[in-house]
Amino acid sequence: MENKAAYSHRDPMLKKRDDFEDILEERRNSSDLRYALRCYTPVLYKNLIPCDASALKTMVLQSDQVHYVISQVSKETGRTAEDLQEEASGIVEEMAHRLQLSTVRFFAFALSKVFKTLFKSICVNEDGIQRLQQAIHEHPVVLLPSHRSYMDFLLMSLILYTYDLALPVIAAGMDFMGMKVVGEMLRMSGAFFLRRSFGGDKLYWAVFSEYVKTILKNGLAPVEFFLEGTRSRTSKSLTPKLGLLNIAMDPFLKGEVFDISLVPVSISYERILEETLYAREMLGVPKPKESTSGLFKARKILSEDYGSIHVYFGQPVSVRSLAEGRVNRCQFSLTPRHIPKRASEDVQTFVNEAAYSLVRAQEENMVLKPWVLLASILLQSEDLDRGIPLAELTEQALWLKDLCRQYGGFLHWPDQMTPSEVVSSSLTLHHGLVRVSEGKVHLALNKEAQAGPVTPEEQVLSRAVPVISCASYRNQALHVFVRPALLATAVHTAATNNKQEVYNTFSFLRNLFANEFILCPNATVQDFEEACFLLEKTGVVQLNEQEIIVTHRGHRTMGFLSRMLLPFIQGYQVVCAFLCEEASDVLTEKEFVPAVRTFLIKKLLAGTLRYPEVLSSDLQKNALAALLRLGAVRKVKRAEQTSLKVNKVTVNSLEDTLGGKLPTPRAAAARL
Amino acid sequence: MKWNGWGYSDSRFLYNKKGQAEFTGKRYRLSGMIIPGLKDWMESTFGTSLQHKSSATVIPTINEAFVEEIKTTGIPFSSDAEDRVFRGHGHCLHEIFALREGKIGRVPDMVVWPSCHNDVVKIVELACKNNVCLIPFGGGTSVSSALECPPEETRSIVSLDTSQMLNESGYCTGHEPDSMEFSSLGGWVATRASGMKKNIYGNIEDLVIHIKMVTPRGVIEKSCQGPRMSTGPDIHHFILGSEGTLGVVTEVTMKIRPLPEYQKYGSVVFPNFEQGVACLREVAKRRCAPASIRLMDNEQFKFGHALKPQVSSIFTSFLDGLKTFYITKVIQRLRPQPLVCGHPVVRGDREKVLQHEKQVYDIAAKFGGLAAGEDNGQRGYMLTFVIAYLRDLGMDYYLIGESFETSVPWDRVLDVCRNVKARIIRECKDKGVQFPPLSTCRVTQTYDSGACVYFYFAFNYRGLSDPVHVYEQVEHAAREEILANGGSLSHHHGVGKLRKGWMRETVSDVGMGMLKSVKEYVDPSNIFGNRNLL
Repeated sequence: MENKAAYSHRDPMLKKRDDFEDILEERRNSSDLRYALRCYTPVLYKNLIPCDASALKTMVLQSDQVHYVISQVSKETGRTAEDLQEEASGIVEEMAHRLQLSTVRFFAFALSKVFKTLFKSICVNEDGIQRLQQAIHEHPVVLLPSHRSYMDFLLMSLILYTYDLALPVIAAGMDFMGMKVVGEMLRMSGAFFLRRSFGGDKLYWAVFSEYVKTILKNGLAPVEFFLEGTRSRTSKSLTPKLGLLNIAMDPFLKGEVFDISLVPVSISYERILEETLYAREMLGVPKPKESTSGLFKARKILSEDYGSIHVYFGQPVSVRSLAEGRVNRCQFSLTPRHIPKRASEDVQTFVNEAAYSLVRAQEENMVLKPWVLLASILLQSEDLDRGIPLAELTEQALWLKDLCRQYGGFLHWPDQMTPSEVVSSSLTLHHGLVRVSEGKVHLALNKEAQAGPVTPEEQVLSRAVPVISCASYRNQALHVFVRPALLATAVHTAATNNKQEVYNTFSFLRNLFANEFILCPNATVQDFEEACFLLEKTGVVQLNEQEIIVTHRGHRTMGFLSRMLLPFIQGYQVVCAFLCEEASDVLTEKEFVPAVRTFLIKKLLAGTLRYPEVLSSDLQKNALAALLRLGAVRKVKRAEQTSLKVNKVTVNSLEDTLGGKLPTPRAAAARL
Repeated sequence: MKWNGWGYSDSRFLYNKKGQAEFTGKRYRLSGMIIPGLKDWMESTFGTSLQHKSSATVIPTINEAFVEEIKTTGIPFSSDAEDRVFRGHGHCLHEIFALREGKIGRVPDMVVWPSCHNDVVKIVELACKNNVCLIPFGGGTSVSSALECPPEETRSIVSLDTSQMLNESGYCTGHEPDSMEFSSLGGWVATRASGMKKNIYGNIEDLVIHIKMVTPRGVIEKSCQGPRMSTGPDIHHFILGSEGTLGVVTEVTMKIRPLPEYQKYGSVVFPNFEQGVACLREVAKRRCAPASIRLMDNEQFKFGHALKPQVSSIFTSFLDGLKTFYITKVIQRLRPQPLVCGHPVVRGDREKVLQHEKQVYDIAAKFGGLAAGEDNGQRGYMLTFVIAYLRDLGMDYYLIGESFETSVPWDRVLDVCRNVKARIIRECKDKGVQFPPLSTCRVTQTYDSGACVYFYFAFNYRGLSDPVHVYEQVEHAAREEILANGGSLSHHHGVGKLRKGWMRETVSDVGMGMLKSVKEYVDPSNIFGNRNLL
């Protein structure tokens, strides 16, 4: 605990952030056509060896790595090298981008028109743009935007075009390829397409990694991909996927470039376009397959106000300084670098921790709107149907505003407006989710009540839609509160002041929720100390060597924080309960979510469950992943399917521990 | 010989009264010439100015000497301060810098000059008997802190100077390290030296037939001079590169070759460094490398140009101007990339030389290389011999610099060059160096499987309180970078005390144990206590 001093410089209050500039403002005042046709001369990488898209394909196909893998696969499968070479060029054709300035200009024109109708403003931190420009000149750059919407990568390209920066090539999922015209359009605006899963296909992996590395090594264009792998439907950052990051760091680790800059980009939407789509998806209405006509239909729905977008280009992170003292690069000296090898343990740990810190960097610069606070408060109301009086909501929002700022949240609260104006304008923007009646604010739980016979089950689901949407806004602020909230929950659950015991519980909870929130691996002690520091600094707790004591005025904060995590705790508990009570021996992985859902609906109807939020399939999947990770559930491969084998004793005790009925298992917790 | 700088006392660079650079003496091709381009180059590269001159001071402090055991043997010795100081250092930057500042650490307490093998045997015996520390000294050109006296050494330190034991004539060994004028045969053996014409003659380990070394355990040598033997691990390899930790090399039998009847320099300009490296690799692959071939990067090419002496007639000057114009303007116009120069030197009989030269130029042409004349070639080599003198001039004007080297497999040559140069620049910036440093390299030797890369690094230290410390940090970082990129700890400079921190990871724990156990057996009481290598 003696390194508390090391944390004081991380005082979140002192975080300095850049100012924003609205790029739509100029679009509203000048010709879109002239903007789309203007002269575009970006700053390029200083050691750039120019090469066009077709030369790039040849370089990839002629590379040592691809040749090597072809001969390997040929030996293993007996297929001829020519045959495999053919396949490789097929893969490149399917994958490669065909970036064309004209297409980008078209998008710039069209998107300006669309964005002007959809959004009030698109705010960008210009200092970040300056830094990015410099980074692009100095080193190959990897752009790592957060992923909350389909809009993300078009938006990114649009911004880079607007500021005359080098256009990125973007790793996109193959599902976009399904949309014929749009797929090709995206390809021409810089997207390259990856298969979602290619398991053990060595040749695919070789071609694809060589493709990305060739672009990076030669600094042809910034490479953009989503660390989270897919759009987050819940507005919580997702556990980072390491595949592409591994590939992107490889040229540095192997000395093929001097350095690589990683630029985390935080894109925050005041109102997410896919809001209800996501909620329905998580409640079991399957996600519509991407199709061109679908996109046009979607456009009709979009004639609403979606508020503003904030895009924050973070501080470029040098891979060289990240790796300094962490990775011994000499390990690559003894084999030719084109032979694909499994990353060593220290590299894996390094990439994993780097990925987490990058996602945290994204989170830190996410702009939070007042509505996020309102949603957090509304979800905690005693009775969702009755809601909260407007005045009380405003008072609580003001209190939460201060707390959020103290914990380092990047809150955009318009200080020039009166609190009630702020609240009411937020409520207006999100009129689909909240209603104000008789001076009380409540969620629009009944808006889905349509004509026709509705079963009670369907009613439960439709009532859950606004709750889950609302929860996704609360989730935007979770990263600010999650550590103190875990501590508050731990204090509550452990029901003691003893610091060591609270730490044990904290560590247990943190471990359990590792799939749910972004908690860096191997950082339990740091997280605990950060949480203690924040709570102590805001006068919520008093700390001494042995004890954590909640102060008198700290109860409000402690209550708020632990209520914030309650839906998650209850969700995990009830998944455990399901596995103990209902799960048969032949429950397959596929059947898991629908089966849990049925179980939950029953409980909700019976009134034994409080939070409709637990219906979220995201939460259920995370809970299952955690149980699998902890060994409480095992996967058993049977014939075609994978079924789940439940260790009922362990699951049961987990459930009880979550409920505070059992003390935290000693074994799971390290000494503080 | 200078005691606080490189080489002969009469040869040095200076700025004359007109502010033009001049190289004094008569020994070199450049001697007595005016070098008009140097001043501009120094000013534009480092931001030095003739207004700012730092001064060298000369106050060596001396520790009083010890026992007079040796007197009875009749071997000449001295406790004269200058003799001792001269043998207490090599030519690392920090050593020379300290000398110029008059800061001298531990120096040998005595110098002895044995004249034959038997003298050395006697000295070593006496040293063992009286527990005296012996440090063998050859030419004093070490750049690995190998000659520095360990400050923790409490015994009396005797420098055993072997430089007068050599005499040869009429033939050539073909071994031409850059320090050839000053270094000694024993030193070459003890450090695993390499010469620039190794492509024809080989490195020291290929040239040596037989070695005799006096150790505290006795004398080690082989029983015959067979050209190759399968008799277990080659005991020569315990001696080669032992860096004076095991004993004194007293006799070496080397291969000799007739002097070549014809020698020709040449040069090729490549459109970029990558192409140049590719060409060298191809030359190495076809095993048709000339006696010496090296590839300079653009910065070093410019450096070489700055050393062009003033010409006497208007006509040659006009011709010269045309040449420079052709190379820098015409070629550059054709290929806008930076200029890079390769320098083949071909040796042998005339007909073969010309044939060989053509072969090399044909390969170069495939990689876009254009022949750029003998002159440019010769100048490239001149730089090697005068660079150390140039450093002394630099130090007069707040410039400090050093060279270091590595060997690296072909597929990593470009990466090592790029990353190490970039690392130097970044580290200098981080450490507060106010002017952009000189960070340049050349590929200076080729092998079947890789190449030797040589770096020059210098910066203007005005405004730094502890320039040598900054310098050392940057050099350390550069070496880390070399190792991280798959380069070796040293190609021919050796380990000494400067690089011994990296020995364990270089040769593995077991390898280290092997070397240590040899040392323990051969020299249990650490008579050869210079503490190099291990």
